[in-house]
Amino acid sequence: MKPAPFEYIAPTSLAEALTAVRQHGSDASLLAGGQSLVPVMNFRLAQPAMLVDLNRIPELDYVRREGNGFIRIGSMTRQRTLERHPLIAQYTPLLHEALPYIAHPQIRNRGTIGGSLAHADPAAELPVILLALNGRVQLQKSGGARWVHGRDFYTDLFTTARAEDEILTEIELPPLPPRTGVAFTEVARRHGDYALSGVAAVVTVDERAVCTAARLVYLNAGDTPISATQAAALLVGEQADEEVLTAVAHATQQEITPTTDIHATADYKRHLAKVLTVRVLQQAFTRAVNE
Amino acid sequence: MSDHTISITVNGKTEEHTIEPRLLLSDFLRHQLGLTGTHVGCEHGVCGACTVLFDGQPVRSCLMFAVQANGHEIMTVEGLAKSMGNLHPLQQAFWEAHGLQCGFCTPGILLTLLPFLAENPRPTEAEVREALSGNLCRCTGYQHIVDAALLAASRMEFGN
Ligand SMILES: Cc1cc2nc3c(=O)[nH]c(=O)nc-3n(C[C@H](O)[C@H](O)[C@H](O)COP(=O)(O)OP(=O)(O)OC[C@H]3O[C@@H](n4cnc5c(N)ncnc54)[C@H](O)[C@@H]3O)c2cc1C
Ligand code: FES
Ligand code: FES
Repeated sequence: MKPAPFEYIAPTSLAEALTAVRQHGSDASLLAGGQSLVPVMNFRLAQPAMLVDLNRIPELDYVRREGNGFIRIGSMTRQRTLERHPLIAQYTPLLHEALPYIAHPQIRNRGTIGGSLAHADPAAELPVILLALNGRVQLQKSGGARWVHGRDFYTDLFTTARAEDEILTEIELPPLPPRTGVAFTEVARRHGDYALSGVAAVVTVDERAVCTAARLVYLNAGDTPISATQAAALLVGEQADEEVLTAVAHATQQEITPTTDIHATADYKRHLAKVLTVRVLQQAFTRAVNE
Repeated sequence: MSDHTISITVNGKTEEHTIEPRLLLSDFLRHQLGLTGTHVGCEHGVCGACTVLFDGQPVRSCLMFAVQANGHEIMTVEGLAKSMGNLHPLQQAFWEAHGLQCGFCTPGILLTLLPFLAENPRPTEAEVREALSGNLCRCTGYQHIVDAALLAASRMEFGN
């Protein structure tokens, strides 16, 4: 058999799951969609002594919109469910736009939003979207819960602020201000592969189409999702003319730190990031103005 | 490590089995049930050869443990044809359009296409290619697979 032996439990409530992670500590791994965890178990790169399967906890699978416009997503909601969800399409178009870039339908049928966010792969789409939308995640442990901003959640390569006995339970996405446009794009070798470079833009403009706030967040550009805050700040007070967008794309180069790997050189990734930055900004500005 | 007893419905037949939790669904289907139509290529989620339907939706059976299928319904390629010599219309289309050469990728491709065509009865060629993006074929160059899928779609009245 491929994976090493382990004990397996499948709690049917969050309370039960929280008790299990408290009791078993670092011996236990949480199993969500399994689309990242099972491959590494098949290679025996991970050999957890116990798996706590979250797939039988229906209370972690939901999408809700509150009166104040906040979207709340249960961590065990499948990526495929989100991709087809009318609330996501209407109120969080950036998430809707990014989901089909994740792997393939068979993988999104199992993969969850919480699993992808917790896994913290710097090349993954969903952590970038969390930061771009200024979202937060809820971490629960037995006897307590806390909220962590996306920008504070990612601390290092495949590492988050989550403690061993905490379960990521909910994702909160605030409503976008009026006249805000969003866009996401990426370049991958083949459709469904992890991208070589990708960027999400969120741009807010005033009545005269002048930018009042902007965020630019990159995947595969460092050890965590990279928010280029200084480059994005250059957009404030500006309109979408080509010179400005090119200058911003240049400025982002100071903030991203892609590395060379078997798929592409750091130089090529930097080049892609520059080209994609101009592209998403044009799109986001246009959408903001037409909003 | 403790074994688990699961009840699982495969191709309409419900059975109980006692298994180790680390047994992959793909290995359970092949070794425990002898349903070797589910192929395993990479065993880490990349090739799609092991695709089966889990409660009607295509999934990688190499990325699930059999114990997780407790109480669920699985369909494998063996569940497609009603009887020997009586191919499912999707299989028939693959045969007629030469949609396979060695056949290693075929079971996964058929089970990816079945729910896809049910949801998109009149797909474009581009949509078919996108739907198949998670299934690798080392023989055909994909053209005949796409032709077969479009041929099957043109006869979509087949129901399931
Ligand atoms: C061939 C292939 C291609 C892929 N391509 C892409 C891609 O292009 N882009 C992309 O973003 N992803 C890609 N993925 C990964 C996929 O999106 C995974 O679904 C995702 O990364 C992990 O989600 P999961 O639900 O499967 O989590 P799992 O694999 O079950 O878990 C991943 C990790 O997160 C932890 N975890 C899970 N849920 C929680 C929780 N609620 N609280 C705390 N910790 C938790 C687990 O313990 C584990 O360490 C690909 C996967 C495959 C197999
Ligand atoms: S064997 Fe499962 S995807 Fe390759
Ligand atoms: S027919 Fe041989 S791999 Fe597809």
